[in-house]
Amino acid sequence: MAQVAAQKPVFAPWDDPKQAPLIQFKNVIKRFGDFVAIDDMTIDIYEREFFALLGPSGCGKTTMMRMLAGFERPTEGQILLGGQDIDAIPPNKRSVNMMFQSYALFPHLSVWENIAFGLKRQKLPKEQIDERVNEMLRLTRLSKFAKRKPHQISGGQRQRVALARSLARAPKLLLLDEPLGALDKKLRQETQFELMDIQEKTGTTFVIVTHDQEEAMTVASRVAVMDEGVMVQVDTPAKIYEAPNSVYVADFIGDVNIIEGRAKQISDQVNIAWAEGQPSIVGTSTETTFAPDEKIYFAIRPEKVSISAEKPEDTPNAFQGTILDIAYLGNISTYYVRIPSGQTIKAQTANTRRLSRRNFTWEDKVWVSFTTTAGVCLRE
Amino acid sequence: MGVIHDNRWRLPKGIIMRRFILISVPYAWLLALFLVPFAIVIKISLSDTVIAIPPYAPTLDLAGGWAGIVAFFQGLDFETFEFLTSDDLYWKAYLSSLKIAVIATAITLAVGYPIAYGMTRVAPEWRPTLLMLVILPFWTSFLIRVYAWMGILGQDGLINQALLWLGVIDQPLTILNTPTAVYIGIVYTYLPFMILPIYSALEKLDDSLLEAAEDLGCSRFTTFWLVTWPLSRNGIIAGSFLVFIPTLGEFVIPSLLGGSKTLMIGKVLWEEFFSNRDWPVASAVAVILLLILIIPIILFQRNEQKQREAEG
Amino acid sequence: MRRLSWFNATSLSLGFAFLYLPMIILIIYSFNASKLVTVWAGFSTKWYGELFRNEAFLDAAWVTIRVAVMSSTLATILGTMAAYVLVRAGRFYGRTLFSGMIYAPLVMPEVITGLSLLLLFIGIGLDRGVVTIVLAHTTFSMCYVSVVVSSRLVTFDRSLEEAAQDLGCTPMESFRLVTLPIIAPAVLSGWLLAFTLSLDDLVIASFASGPSSTTLPIKIYSAVRLGVSPEINALSTIMIGIVTVGVVTASIMTKRAAVKQMRDEQAAERAGE
Repeated sequence: MAQVAAQKPVFAPWDDPKQAPLIQFKNVIKRFGDFVAIDDMTIDIYEREFFALLGPSGCGKTTMMRMLAGFERPTEGQILLGGQDIDAIPPNKRSVNMMFQSYALFPHLSVWENIAFGLKRQKLPKEQIDERVNEMLRLTRLSKFAKRKPHQISGGQRQRVALARSLARAPKLLLLDEPLGALDKKLRQETQFELMDIQEKTGTTFVIVTHDQEEAMTVASRVAVMDEGVMVQVDTPAKIYEAPNSVYVADFIGDVNIIEGRAKQISDQVNIAWAEGQPSIVGTSTETTFAPDEKIYFAIRPEKVSISAEKPEDTPNAFQGTILDIAYLGNISTYYVRIPSGQTIKAQTANTRRLSRRNFTWEDKVWVSFTTTAGVCLRE
Repeated sequence: MGVIHDNRWRLPKGIIMRRFILISVPYAWLLALFLVPFAIVIKISLSDTVIAIPPYAPTLDLAGGWAGIVAFFQGLDFETFEFLTSDDLYWKAYLSSLKIAVIATAITLAVGYPIAYGMTRVAPEWRPTLLMLVILPFWTSFLIRVYAWMGILGQDGLINQALLWLGVIDQPLTILNTPTAVYIGIVYTYLPFMILPIYSALEKLDDSLLEAAEDLGCSRFTTFWLVTWPLSRNGIIAGSFLVFIPTLGEFVIPSLLGGSKTLMIGKVLWEEFFSNRDWPVASAVAVILLLILIIPIILFQRNEQKQREAEG
Repeated sequence: MRRLSWFNATSLSLGFAFLYLPMIILIIYSFNASKLVTVWAGFSTKWYGELFRNEAFLDAAWVTIRVAVMSSTLATILGTMAAYVLVRAGRFYGRTLFSGMIYAPLVMPEVITGLSLLLLFIGIGLDRGVVTIVLAHTTFSMCYVSVVVSSRLVTFDRSLEEAAQDLGCTPMESFRLVTLPIIAPAVLSGWLLAFTLSLDDLVIASFASGPSSTTLPIKIYSAVRLGVSPEINALSTIMIGIVTVGVVTASIMTKRAAVKQMRDEQAAERAGE
């Protein structure tokens, strides 16, 4: 009797037409004088999402966050929270809380008082405040430090206080402004998982701003890649990585080979003329149709490119070249293979064998190959 | 179909009210108690002296209606200013004050700079203590510190006693009630004002600049002259203004230490007002002093503004 | 690579000697039994006794203290408001005039400020007394307070105020609960500065005071115009003593607090997670 594997429910409210979004940006424009920080942005963010705004500095991600918090107001357009236009609501009256990049802990108050601060503004009874603060302290493992002042605890502990403080009021939406920037790498990784844990436990919607793509890919349910005030692509981390919609996104996330060429499409298959004296690359494009001879970019991740000493059989894309350089990273190696026509293709493999028994070395003649569906055909 | 926001008018009324009160309260106070008084000084400088209370005419009688106002303006004249130019005393006093202020500022700089510089060469743990020692006189009464010199510089004061006892002189020197005493008094009381800005500028100086200079071949003296001195310019300028401008109109020091031989405009103004009861002349003296000071004051404010902007 | 050359050491010693000797001499002479500076007649505290029996001086001292407390408190409130305006209000109508009026009194000769204020009081028919002195002192003190407070406000981390608002404070509440407690040391220094300036002021008080409201500096001045006076020596010693105790205590407390802060921070980082 075959066992049917239990299907874990996939979290994808954006695909569900019955779900109403928590946050809606409708044609929002934000100008600072002549500078357009946010350019006609329309996006829906759903409850319980861990939504990441990813992009280089100046792309507008912090401005978006500050508009949600209430410290900036849109020049044009509407922002709705739970169906209500929040433009007229000042920051202290929104059910939105923010965790600041610099933590902004009140230096004259203890950890306890910092966390209790927002609750006191709600004029809750003392027992309720005490209970809630203790709960927050337990959640962030800070119970021992309740009486200390911010300067008496370490950087990582301060970060947790900032988190506890911003969650104390159980906001509908929590904004995190580069929350892990000040932490060292190991601490950052641990904290990323803690954040995801807390988000799931409390059921709060998180919107995180970051320039670290690894971070965004690790924590987020959806990532919005931004550039110059526009969201270039909004998708799950997997789709962003495997199916970028533009060269910008493909290049921004992870490592990629971008090969420029001329297209010749026959139904789903696209033949790309990319190098003198080399056969065309055979790729797939199901959603976009390329005009004959149209300029096309083929994006393929290095780990999808195989490297071998002999020409592989039955692989539609196989090209011969010389190893120009090898980047050894411990667990993987990236081989920079130079094709006779001048281009360089990066191929990446796991180092399954030890150094002395490695197959390839500099100046070796090798074949790089990949399947027709391994890469993405992009117009721009 | 976009919704456009005019951010100015959509601000809740509460915020606009609050901002208005915050700005207007100190503003109104300063207008009433700083600017308006100056206008009055100008007005009185254009009036005539009379034996009456108040001792000037014309006075503005609003009960007289429009005619009263016209008569008021007709009563104003530049007679007092003409008087000032005709009598030797006044322009001599201005010049003397300028001379004393310039020389005193220079001496204060010469005395204060080495002290400020020395403070920056001391080991870091000692600097707060030295700073405190410089600030302490600043918090002590100005009047008392000037008074202290009376007992030292007098005919039978400490200096004369010491010199006579040592046999260096056989007649007591007259130091008190001469310009020299005034110089000593000014340098003494204004020294902290010169030291603090210079110290602050030198403190910010990066050691590596000095090391780079020596590495490139400068002697200790050349390093100082080519690197330290120019970079402490801001402190020197600030300190000099802080000494020069008030010294120009200084009253207490020339009064207690300068005697009748030292002519300074602050003393002249005081005497015109309190001794001669000649308000229009006192006002005119003040107006001219203010005119002389306008340029230094504006330069001082510009320098402060630049400093603040440079610091971010 | 800081080296203390003999030149530096000499200039420091001479400099501080110059600053302090006159005051030390004054203190010594306040204990001189003889009225004359020329003769040392032995150690005596009789001049202090004379001082405390002098009604006129005690009255003047009382007036001076009252004026100082009132004017410095008023000046601190106005000066803090002015500092806020200068640092936060951005552009507004008449801002240049405002900032000119705030910085000008810092360097204006006192005879000019004093004269102009007196003429104002007479012009509006206000009798000279404690009130007019308080008004005069408040006006020039608020400028000093605003300089001190604004330099603190400039370095104040505004994200703290944003955090307060994010957590539910109205702008007034965030000022009261977050900004004010944190800038309190600067506000306090401003108050102390205004207090000292008021206490010491001779020129402006002379213009602004009336027959029944003599301040201590005015009394001191009329006494010393005629020459050295041993009672004034005693008074000076007391005033120097109070200031010294105050400044030294403040210095020690600030230093202790800074050291403790640094130690706490280091301990926290070492303890780590």
